[in-house]
Amino acid sequence: MMPDPVSAILLTPLFAAAILAILPGYRIGAVLNVLACLAALLFALTLLWMRPVTGSYLLVDDLNIVFVLLNCFVGLTTSAFSASYIGHEIHSGRLTRTNIRFYHAMYQVMMFGMNLALLANNIGLMWVAVELATLTTVVMVGLYRTAEALEAAWKYFILGSVGIALALFGTILVYLAARPVVGEGLDAMVWTYLLRSAPQFDPSLLNIAFVFLLLGYGTKVGLAPLHAWLPDAHAEGPTPISAVLSGLLLNVALYALLRFKVLLAANPHAIAPGRLMIALGLLSLIFAAFMLYRRRDIKRLFAYSSIEHMGIIVFAFGMGGPLGNFAGLLQMTMHSLTKSAIFFSVGHVAQVKGTQKIAEMGGLTESHPILGWGLVAGVAAIVGLPPFGVFTSEFLVVSSTFAREPVLALLLVFGLLLAFGALLLRLGSIAFGPVKGPVGRLHASYVPMFAHLSLVLLAGIWLPPPLVAWFQNVAGLLR
Amino acid sequence: MPFISPHGLSFDIAHSLAGLLVLVSFMMLYQVRLLALLHVLALHAFVLALSVAWQAHIQDAPHLYITAAIALLFKALLIPWALRRMVFQMGLHREIETVGGIGLTMLAGIALVALSLEVMLPVTANADPVAREDIALALSVVLIGLLVMVTRRNAISQVVGFMSLENGINLAATGARGMPLVVEISVAFSILIAFIVVGIFLFRIRERFDTVDVAALDQSRGGEA
Repeated sequence: MMPDPVSAILLTPLFAAAILAILPGYRIGAVLNVLACLAALLFALTLLWMRPVTGSYLLVDDLNIVFVLLNCFVGLTTSAFSASYIGHEIHSGRLTRTNIRFYHAMYQVMMFGMNLALLANNIGLMWVAVELATLTTVVMVGLYRTAEALEAAWKYFILGSVGIALALFGTILVYLAARPVVGEGLDAMVWTYLLRSAPQFDPSLLNIAFVFLLLGYGTKVGLAPLHAWLPDAHAEGPTPISAVLSGLLLNVALYALLRFKVLLAANPHAIAPGRLMIALGLLSLIFAAFMLYRRRDIKRLFAYSSIEHMGIIVFAFGMGGPLGNFAGLLQMTMHSLTKSAIFFSVGHVAQVKGTQKIAEMGGLTESHPILGWGLVAGVAAIVGLPPFGVFTSEFLVVSSTFAREPVLALLLVFGLLLAFGALLLRLGSIAFGPVKGPVGRLHASYVPMFAHLSLVLLAGIWLPPPLVAWFQNVAGLLR
Repeated sequence: MPFISPHGLSFDIAHSLAGLLVLVSFMMLYQVRLLALLHVLALHAFVLALSVAWQAHIQDAPHLYITAAIALLFKALLIPWALRRMVFQMGLHREIETVGGIGLTMLAGIALVALSLEVMLPVTANADPVAREDIALALSVVLIGLLVMVTRRNAISQVVGFMSLENGINLAATGARGMPLVVEISVAFSILIAFIVVGIFLFRIRERFDTVDVAALDQSRGGEA
């Protein structure tokens, strides 16, 4: 029998987590962490050629391959960054070896949870997996055990749990809507069956279910009125976790939302889910753009930038249509790559300066040229300057919106420009001007950061045609 | 038993048990002592266990008895017991403050029940009557659980609010006939995991703070939201 790539993707992190939990040395643990992520990525790549049959629990289609590949790739680069990051934390005494062992095991459990959520064909299983990934990140956010870290973890835990509870209620309502059509039992939770019979579901039940799902999974996406956990969790946890939170976990929750959006779109009598997503997306974008101006902590700054970008992405998917969905997918991919690259650089900046306060750092391009210019490139990319890929995707979002809803497009551009100004303002004081704070040498790994940035740059200059064709196909699936 | 209109009677009992759960949720709203709140939590989980067991009986779904047993053993006995120990260890068996006053909170609770009935009953008109009433009442329990979490400042009472919220979701899940077992077990286990996580947190918080009052946590941030 052929080895099944899907089970390999899921089992590799589980085995790795078990080994990492008992392995004493932190260096070997870091290496194993990287190797496990590499193995998962290789297995994920085989999905491009080998498509396993869809079962009642697991599913591989064109949509989730994009998410899984992105997930495994950023998981791998973050584990490489984390290896150099934790070396510094051990030497400076902020983390003990036991902490690190726990951290590595949890990292793999989190990868398992996220991949399971992305590959699940069963809406119940997907819910369980999102919950698992959330819990692992909660304990990692609290890793430093400072008062601030514990508060952040507590807030994240409570808000995340309420969100996830509402999502489960929504899931139950979807089951109730499906039961009279699909029949009792397991089948009524299998997404592919649900999609097939969605047109016959009771539309009003589906509507209510979607409201709960939007609020529930939307909390995890970090949409505006429900975002309170996000900045704290990003600021107080270890920086590799900030990178995966922004780069991956938000995407996983978004993916769950997209699956249900497709379900609703398949029912002609249900409300158009796009409107709700557009409203929440715009609100997040503009709110976060204003909040960016008052940030004094560098990790909080980029956390708010993540809220802003998730707003843009949810807005784009809410607009829908082939172009809107295409732009949303591209924006999501570019944001994941760019934001995690920024956090790679911010992590080292915070380590060398010994603080996260923006006021206490300055002149980075002078004191640490590679790190400083890396950060400058990252911020230039995230605010949407050409020739980076975010420019392409934001341009697509704006132009496709202008063609259909000019008023919304104006609001969108307003938010984008606000955020643009805020981030460049802060970047100026961090990267240029007189040198502030310690200027000590740093043993950093720049490979993950520049790998991401060059991919984003490449995407801005030339998108490979097979990728474009793939995204267009997925955009069609999303309706 | 079968000769006295089994459908009518079984519906009535399921309905009363679900209604009882809403009532116990209301009892949570006016508890001013932490220990009393834990007792109500145990009662809440006990009523849930009864309700789930009754659903198992009328749906002829023996696997639901497992869910009922989990509700009884973990949620009605083990967790309240452990939280109670924690309360004594931390010396918290004193009054707990509520925000906004009890009368107002009760009124809000009533409004939430009205809201959930108003929202759920029309849209579930085609569902079978047991599921219909269960879902509407379950939503009330969920919303009142949220209300408990919002009005309490203390970390332990927030956990209690969260658990009552999860109980409401359990009620909805078991009321939905034939809902796959995977989900029920996982719901029960997720509560267990959540509890462990919270337990770890509380002890860690205990190491650093002299109180588990969430208001005190807010101050530690120093205004950098």
